[in-house]
Amino acid sequence: MSWETVIGLEIHVQLATKTKIFSGSSTAFGAEPNTQACAIDLALPGILPVLNAEAVRMALMFGLAIDAEIPKRSVFERKNYFYPDLPKGYQTTQLAEPIVGAGHVDVDLADGSTKRIRIHHAHLEEDAGKSLHEDYAGQSGIDLNRAGTPLIEIVTEPDMRSAEEAVAFAKKLHGIVTTLGICDGEMAQGSMRFDVNISVRKKGAELGTRTETKNLNSFRFMEEAIKLEVERQIDVIEDGGRVIQETRLYNGDTKTARSMRSKEEANDYRYFPCPDLLPVVIEDSYIAELKATLPELPDAKQKRFVVQYGLSAYDASILSADRVMSAYFEEVVTASGDAKLAANWVIGDLSAALNRSSLELGQSPVSSVQLGDMIARIKDGTISGKIAKQVFELMWTEGGTADEIIEKQGLKQVSDSGAIEKIVDDIIAASPQQVENYRGATEDKRPKMLGFFVGQIMKASQGKANPQQVNEILLKKLEG
Amino acid sequence: MAIERQQVEQLAHLARIALDESTLSRTTRSLADVLALIDQLQAVDTTGIEPMAHPLDAVQRLRADIVTEPDQRDVLQAIAPAVQDGLFLVPKVIE
Repeated sequence: MSWETVIGLEIHVQLATKTKIFSGSSTAFGAEPNTQACAIDLALPGILPVLNAEAVRMALMFGLAIDAEIPKRSVFERKNYFYPDLPKGYQTTQLAEPIVGAGHVDVDLADGSTKRIRIHHAHLEEDAGKSLHEDYAGQSGIDLNRAGTPLIEIVTEPDMRSAEEAVAFAKKLHGIVTTLGICDGEMAQGSMRFDVNISVRKKGAELGTRTETKNLNSFRFMEEAIKLEVERQIDVIEDGGRVIQETRLYNGDTKTARSMRSKEEANDYRYFPCPDLLPVVIEDSYIAELKATLPELPDAKQKRFVVQYGLSAYDASILSADRVMSAYFEEVVTASGDAKLAANWVIGDLSAALNRSSLELGQSPVSSVQLGDMIARIKDGTISGKIAKQVFELMWTEGGTADEIIEKQGLKQVSDSGAIEKIVDDIIAASPQQVENYRGATEDKRPKMLGFFVGQIMKASQGKANPQQVNEILLKKLEG
Repeated sequence: MAIERQQVEQLAHLARIALDESTLSRTTRSLADVLALIDQLQAVDTTGIEPMAHPLDAVQRLRADIVTEPDQRDVLQAIAPAVQDGLFLVPKVIE
């Protein structure tokens, strides 16, 4: 029996505006509770929302980046429900006439294929505040700093067929919004939140009943939550049960999910056009103006990296994935003058070190210029690739430039042929048996035997002898 | 279009409005009258007429993305029934 998973996503993206969507309050993260919540955000009587031009611009930039239809006109509506972190009693959002229409995002999958994920639409709306349920003696504490923060909610078609596809799409989307500079991409701070609609069906059958797992704020949680929910639904059906349409919450700490208490009444948000806000009209000239400001997007960047730097498509896709990564990589290339080495170090040692320390690239203790300068020293023969790993470790833990570390630790590669010759002579003199064996061996056995000598010489030079020169001199001495 | 008493109860619940027995009957009748009026409106031929999202024939003006609201927490929380650590306190809500 083969089951097919069907996944659609709704993604809330916090826009990187300085102020809220309908008020002049700051949106800076991490302020003291309620210090960035003005009368408008608090819904005091007599207030009037005025739309933030920058929020509109950012939403439109997203639309242009996904090749979407941009309707001439869009309308804000009220979505009515009661919750203490929503002081107005309704969320101002869009429904029938969203600012961004249908578009698409192409996703590169691990097997080398490309899949097109259709975007149904994206709309502008306001975020709610935050409720804190602990520590207030039977009451809940409400912080409205986040209330009114501009969001775009991006809604996909149910085009994804596995957790891997969904995560690949999510990462691509993250790359697009950060490259556009419309979102800071800080998922741990809730800047991008994913709601996942999941259903399973027998291959070719009609769509099954879906559940929605809400508010996933990391790629890892998203993957875990999808796999868990797919397993659960298949178990339910195979045990003769039926999947119930419901909203679920995933707990990343316990790796479990639970159903949110089912609402007494069916969702009825009684949407209607917001009388406080007029229709938003987008002029063609404005769209043309914005188009001219579109930055190089991940897809274009990836292609350029392949052509300009001779990278593999895979390496290029990793390095072009987001703005921080691609900028860092290109700075390393500039400083080092070697794109291939730069790519290897960024994808390899640097990424591994970041992972070990659970750091984002933006928090790397080794800057792009530091890394680039070190790679330049590999390229000009000052240090070997092996010694470079040592230099990198020191740079990571203690800081400093590659040149300083090489100088201070005496790691400079020995390229003085006289000095290398002396070490080679010493090793040969100390190993008469091995020399005899080598000279008595057939051509095909010799390269392997050479390894013994190279190892001894590198050890004697503390890894600093230029490997190429060691090989040349050694061969000459052994065979000459 | 008719409206049932049960629908009014449901609407009142969604709007968190408590209606007693006599108000409930009266409201049901009033809403039924409103809906009858809407039926009349819907009978008008609107072929070729664009739906109206707003009574004013104007477009939304936009504001620049500049912080204009200073922190007025103390003033704004002075009218709140309960605050602690800068938070508004409300009866416990759990999802």
